[in-house]
Amino acid sequence: MQFTITKAPYVKPITSIPIVMRHVLYALIPALAAYIWFFGFGICINILIACIAAVVSEAFMLYLRKQPITQGITDGSALVTAVLIAFSIPPLVPWWIPVIGTFSAIILAKHLYGGIGANVFNPAMVGYAILLLSFPVEMTHWAPPLAEELGYEVLGFWSTIIYALSSSLPIDTNIDAITQATPLDMIKSGIKNNSTITEIRMDPLFGKLGSFGWEWISIYTIFGGLYLLYKGIINWHIPVSVLTSMMIFSALFYAIDSDQYLSPGFHLLSGSTIIGAFFIATDPTSAATSNKGRLIYGFGIGSLAYAIRTWGGFPDGFAFAVLLMNSSVPLLDRYTRPRIYGKS
Amino acid sequence: MVKNHIAKSFTGGIKLNANKNVSSSKTIAEQFIPSKLIIPMSHQFGPDAIPIVKVNQRIKKGELIGEPADKNALAVHASCSGQVTAIEQHQEPIVGEVSSSTCVIIQTNKDDDVSHQKKYWPRDTQTRLNLINQAGIVGLGGGSFPTAEKLNSKSLNCELLILNGAECEPFISCDDVLMREHATEVLRGGMAMMELVGASAILVCIEDDKPEALNAVYDAAGQLNSKLIQIVTLPTRYPAGGEKQLIEAVTGKEVPSGEYPINIGFICQNVGTAYALDRYIQLGEPQINRVVTVTGQGIKNPQNVLVPIGSPISELISFCGGYNDDVSHLILGGNMMGYSLHTDELPVTKATNCILAINKSQEEKSTQIWPCIRCGDCASVCPAKLLPQRIVKAYTNKNFNKLEELGLKDCIECGCCDVVCPSHIPLTASFKNAKYLTEEATTHSLLANEAEMRHNLKKIRLSKEQMKVDRLHAELKSNVRGDNRKSMINDAVNRSRKLRNKK
Repeated sequence: MQFTITKAPYVKPITSIPIVMRHVLYALIPALAAYIWFFGFGICINILIACIAAVVSEAFMLYLRKQPITQGITDGSALVTAVLIAFSIPPLVPWWIPVIGTFSAIILAKHLYGGIGANVFNPAMVGYAILLLSFPVEMTHWAPPLAEELGYEVLGFWSTIIYALSSSLPIDTNIDAITQATPLDMIKSGIKNNSTITEIRMDPLFGKLGSFGWEWISIYTIFGGLYLLYKGIINWHIPVSVLTSMMIFSALFYAIDSDQYLSPGFHLLSGSTIIGAFFIATDPTSAATSNKGRLIYGFGIGSLAYAIRTWGGFPDGFAFAVLLMNSSVPLLDRYTRPRIYGKS
Repeated sequence: MVKNHIAKSFTGGIKLNANKNVSSSKTIAEQFIPSKLIIPMSHQFGPDAIPIVKVNQRIKKGELIGEPADKNALAVHASCSGQVTAIEQHQEPIVGEVSSSTCVIIQTNKDDDVSHQKKYWPRDTQTRLNLINQAGIVGLGGGSFPTAEKLNSKSLNCELLILNGAECEPFISCDDVLMREHATEVLRGGMAMMELVGASAILVCIEDDKPEALNAVYDAAGQLNSKLIQIVTLPTRYPAGGEKQLIEAVTGKEVPSGEYPINIGFICQNVGTAYALDRYIQLGEPQINRVVTVTGQGIKNPQNVLVPIGSPISELISFCGGYNDDVSHLILGGNMMGYSLHTDELPVTKATNCILAINKSQEEKSTQIWPCIRCGDCASVCPAKLLPQRIVKAYTNKNFNKLEELGLKDCIECGCCDVVCPSHIPLTASFKNAKYLTEEATTHSLLANEAEMRHNLKKIRLSKEQMKVDRLHAELKSNVRGDNRKSMINDAVNRSRKLRNKK
C-alpha cells in the first residue's frame, strides 16, 4: 500500500494565534464590565469605533504589503490593539480620537515595522502616546466615576453618542461640567501647589486604596490577568516584576515621606498599572523573550512608570515606560540568552 | 531491599496524550512468522555485512548469513528458517529516510529449525565484546548504535549504567510490555552490561505512567536480590527518554555538547537491548527479533508483536488485522520523532520500535502559518535550551554562522516546539533541513578550500618555473653583451662557415 509523506511531528498544535488573541479579549471582559459600571458605556462606543478603524487600517496595510488579507484580519491581533487603545483613552472623547490612535498603532507601529510579529514597539502604546502628545486636552478629560452619585452632571445615552460623533454637547452643558482631571492628575497638580497627599485625597474622587472607581476596575482586571496566566497565554515573569518594582519604589519613597509620595497600594490600583502589567507589557512581540530578560524588562517598566508618574511631566507614565523598555529588548535578548544544554 | 528513587526533572518538555493503552493492553504476540524475510546487510553504523549464503540455500533460524566486514563490525543472522530466494538490492528504512541496500530475501517455512545454542560466556571483556558484535546486538531504542562499541569503555571509567525504560514517546509501548513480561531477563542483561563496563550500579528508569512495568521490575529486582539495582520513577513528561534528558533528570548533570554520556561517567542502554543481551547469554540467540508496537487509529487490531528482523511491514500489519479504511499516513516510530513512509513494502529493522498508522483526523494539521510573534513558548519547552524562534530565522536567512552560534547541532529534534507554536511554524522540519544544509555547506566549503589550495600550489609552482625561465633568459642576455658579444658572433660565423665548407 502506498502513502503520502509528511513531516514530523504528527501532532496537532495545542494553540494558534487567533485562539490566543480571543482569550486576551475574553480576559478583558471583567475589566470592561467594571469600566461600564463606573464610567458608563462611553467605552463601548470607543471600542466599536477603534475596532472598525483597526480592521479597515489592517486590511488596507495588508493590501499595500500584498499579504493575505483574510488571514491577517482574522488573527485578531488588530482587534486586541484596538480594544487596548479604547481602554486607555477617556470614555468621553470625539470619534476621531480612537480612530487616530488606532490608525497610528496599526499603520505606524505595526505595519511599517513589518506587521504582526515584527513590531518593535507596542502598537497600542504608540497609538496612546501619539494621542496624549497631540491632543492633551481631550486625553485628560475623564468623566468622574459614578458621576451621578458624586453629584456630577451626567450625559445621557444619546448625548454621549452625539458627543462622540459630532463633539457637540447639549445646549445647557459644557465639557468642564461633566469631566474632571484624573486622580493622578490631581495629585500631580496638588503637590505642585504644596498640598499634602492627605489633603488632596480628601476629594471624593479618591477611594480607600487608590482612586475611586479605578481601584475596582483594577481589581477586576486582575481576574482577567489571572485567567491569562491560568491559560498559559502570558508568563508570570512580566506582571510580577512590573508590580514588584512599582511596589518597591513606591514603598521606599512612601516610607521616606508619606506627605509627598503616594502609597504602594495607590500606585498599584490607580491608572494603568494593572492593565499595563497584565495586558500591555506582556505583548510578546515587543517584550523580551527569555525569562531572565522578562524579569528585567518588567522591572524596568515598573520603575520607569513610577519615576515618570512621580517626577515626570505626565500623570501616568506607563505608556512611555513600556515604549522605553521596548527599545531595550534587543539588548536584553542578547544578554539574557539561555545557556544551551551541555555548553558551558 | 531495592531502592526506589523519584527523579527530579529535566528542562523543558511537554505533557502529551500518551495513547499507549491502545497497544499495551494486550500481551506480546509471539507467534508471528512472515511468509518472507527481507534481511538488510547494512547497519546504521559501521560497514555492511558480507552475505555468505547462496540462492536456494536452506537456512535455519539464527544461522549466520552476513559475515562482519571487519573485526569490529556486526554480523547478520537469519531470523526464521527457510530458503534463500534472492540476494538483491531492496529498499529499507534507515536513519529517517528510505534507501536501498543489499538484502537477503528468504522464503520462510514453518519448521522453525533453530541453529543457535547456548554458548560459553567467557570471562575476558574483549572476547565478550567480540561475541556481542558477532551476535549482531545493537541498541534497540531506535539509534541502532552497536552495543559492544558503547560498552567498550573500561578505560573511560563508567560509574553508572542507566537502563532506559522511560519510553516517553506517545503510542509506543514495546519497552513497557517487555518490562512487564520479561523484567528478570531485562535486569539480568543489565547486570551483564554492568559487569562489562565495570559500573558500580544500575539505575532502571521508568516513567510513572507505567505502574505495571514498575511493579514487575521491582519484583524482579527483589528476586535477583542485588543491591546494585536501583529503580527510578520518572515524572511522565516528553522527552524524558531522550538520553541527555534522562541523564539530566536522574543525575542532575548535563552531557557536554558534542560528547557522549560516557565522558561524564554514564552509559545509557535501552531495556530492549538488555533483554537481547540476556537472550544471547542464556540461549545463544543472536539479535534476530524485537518487540514492535503496531498501533494507531489506522490499525484494526493494535498490539505489540515479537517480530523477526526483516519481516515486511505489510505482513506485520495484516497480522494485526490490517488497515482501517480511513488510514492516511504510515509512520515509523512515534508521532513526535517518527518519519512517514511512502510504502509498507519495507522490512522491519532493529531500529523499528513502532509502526504507527494514523487517519486523517489524527494527522490533520493547520495549513495556516502565521509569522512568529516572539512568544518564546518554543524556547521554554526546548529540552536543549535553544531558541527555536531565532534558529528558524537564521535558517530562513541561510545564515550558517548564526545557526552554528545558536546551537543548531544541539537540537535533538524532539518536536516539542512544533506542538506549542501558536503560529504553526514547522520548526523541527526546518531544523532537520538546516542541519542537512549546514553539512552540505561545510562539505562544500571544504571542497572549495581544497580546490583553492591546489590552485595556490599550482600558482606557486608555475611562478617558480617562470622565474627559472626568466633567470635563464637574463643569464643569456647578460652573457651576450660587450666583447663577449663580438666573440660570440665570430664563433657563430665560424661555425656556420665550417658547416658550409663541409658540404
